[in-house]
Amino acid sequence: MTTEALPLLKNPVATRRLVVFACFLVTAMTLVPVVMMVLVAFQSDAESMAAQPSFWPSSWHPENLQRAFELVPLGHYLLNTIIFAAGTTLLETVTAALAAYAFARLNFPGRGWLFGIYLATLMIPSQVTLIPQFILVAKLQGIDTWPGMILPHAFTAIGVFLLRQFFLGIPRDYEEAARLDGANRWQAFIRVIVPLAVPAIATLAVFKFIGQWNNLLWPLVISNSDSTRTAAVGLQVFQDINGTQWNLLLMAATITTVPLIVLFFLTQRWFIKGITMSGLGGR
Amino acid sequence: MTPRWRNKETIAAWLFILPSLIGFLIFTAGPVVAAGVISLLNWNLFSSPTFAGLRNFARLGPDPTFWSALGNTAYFTFLSVPLTMLVSLALALLLNQGLRRIAVFRSLLLLPYATITVAVAFVWIWLYIPHGGLVNTVLGWFGVAGPAWLISDHWAMPALIAMSVWKSFGFGMVVFLAGLQAIPQQLYEAARVDGSSAWQSFRNVTVPMLSPALFFVIVTSIIGSFQVFDQALIMTNGGPGSRTTTLVMYIYRTGFENYDQGYAAAQSLVLFGFIVVITAAQFVLQRRLVHYDN
Repeated sequence: MTTEALPLLKNPVATRRLVVFACFLVTAMTLVPVVMMVLVAFQSDAESMAAQPSFWPSSWHPENLQRAFELVPLGHYLLNTIIFAAGTTLLETVTAALAAYAFARLNFPGRGWLFGIYLATLMIPSQVTLIPQFILVAKLQGIDTWPGMILPHAFTAIGVFLLRQFFLGIPRDYEEAARLDGANRWQAFIRVIVPLAVPAIATLAVFKFIGQWNNLLWPLVISNSDSTRTAAVGLQVFQDINGTQWNLLLMAATITTVPLIVLFFLTQRWFIKGITMSGLGGR
Repeated sequence: MTPRWRNKETIAAWLFILPSLIGFLIFTAGPVVAAGVISLLNWNLFSSPTFAGLRNFARLGPDPTFWSALGNTAYFTFLSVPLTMLVSLALALLLNQGLRRIAVFRSLLLLPYATITVAVAFVWIWLYIPHGGLVNTVLGWFGVAGPAWLISDHWAMPALIAMSVWKSFGFGMVVFLAGLQAIPQQLYEAARVDGSSAWQSFRNVTVPMLSPALFFVIVTSIIGSFQVFDQALIMTNGGPGSRTTTLVMYIYRTGFENYDQGYAAAQSLVLFGFIVVITAAQFVLQRRLVHYDN
């Protein structure tokens, strides 16, 4: 339901116009950095590096797109980002869904304290595990390999926690009906719980994927060659090689951001649901 | 229930949990314990570790870089969190004024939250170019001579804060918007019947009803701000001097540039300690300030 939380003016028509105008204004201001990123990306070398920055390109240079890909292997970095983000997301959602089902539905000795251990790690910032994870991966010869990149970030407690909460909200009757029809636990999980939990699983997956696409610190310490380097780290390399040739730098930034923005618009239903779910969890 | 059936249930439960549990113990829970152990060692990865006792923690006291990193992180947090909250709340209230195309504005305003920090950090460097950059050009229209933001002792941190507010306000905005839309209309009507002004309705209905959402966003924003890293690394690299060196950046430098793993682990535990204390304090305050119906 929409409520007028804070009526601004006595005259409803004037209020309405003011609100619409304010919405357009703040939205436009918010989008300025993203729009500028794309505009500068298409400027000529001279224009983008002139002492006086120019805002609207005086000539358009679509060839900058190709040049950015040639300066560093951006396409390869993007592929690596997808492998890294998809790998951690897939591993985390599948294992978390399985474990969450046991924690939500099955009785077994030790369930309470085992779940307690998961919960206890929820609040610990990732920097605490950074050094031990790095040493572990280094000892296992996993530096600059995919298992070394993916495994340490695929088993966080948050996924188990969120999905367990969601599974607890699914009425037991559905599952028991399936059990009476002769389904075993596994079939009940796959045929009843998972289909009902698609929104929750999708929400977790979208958040994990976008979070890992953004992850800078872990790839920065683990990948040290092009074979596993992700776009976030690659951009930093790009800056080192390229200095401040703004058009190519911001073209590279555009190239790595656009897939994420497209993904955001495609999945925003789950993305927004995920934010509000977490936000209203405190109620 | 027969014990035999129970037994089968136990086996099933472990089969469901094991894939997650093995990974979790090795890669999450194990490293947490290991961080405690490593913080007690002298270790640079290339030589074998020696026991250092609490010396790594004692080193923090006389380490000026640690204290300035802590101060910078606190400065960042205590400015960026209230500002982000204010912007998020203002925009949520604005979007909640009965607008028709609210979903479109919500998506567009959430866009910065869904971008890559590293990539947009580059744009913000460009926006902050001292002579003729967009920020200083706009300030110039109002007769203000903008500083050389990212290389200024005084303005580098505010510049990072402005960028961070822009990057993260969408999260709070969406949470607040959902919270506002869940407030029953009758409460406003009752307030109006009682003769409340718009401000009184806001103060006595909106704020208490929204307080769980406000609390949640404050807690998560403070935790997030204490871990700020990406934009500081890209935009200022901790400079000028160490004016924008944050705690996480210092941990990164200690562990991966100086290879002083024991000291870095000790620093990370201190960071965790700060987060625990601040979060606990907020939960104590919450009992007095946050309104939960039911």
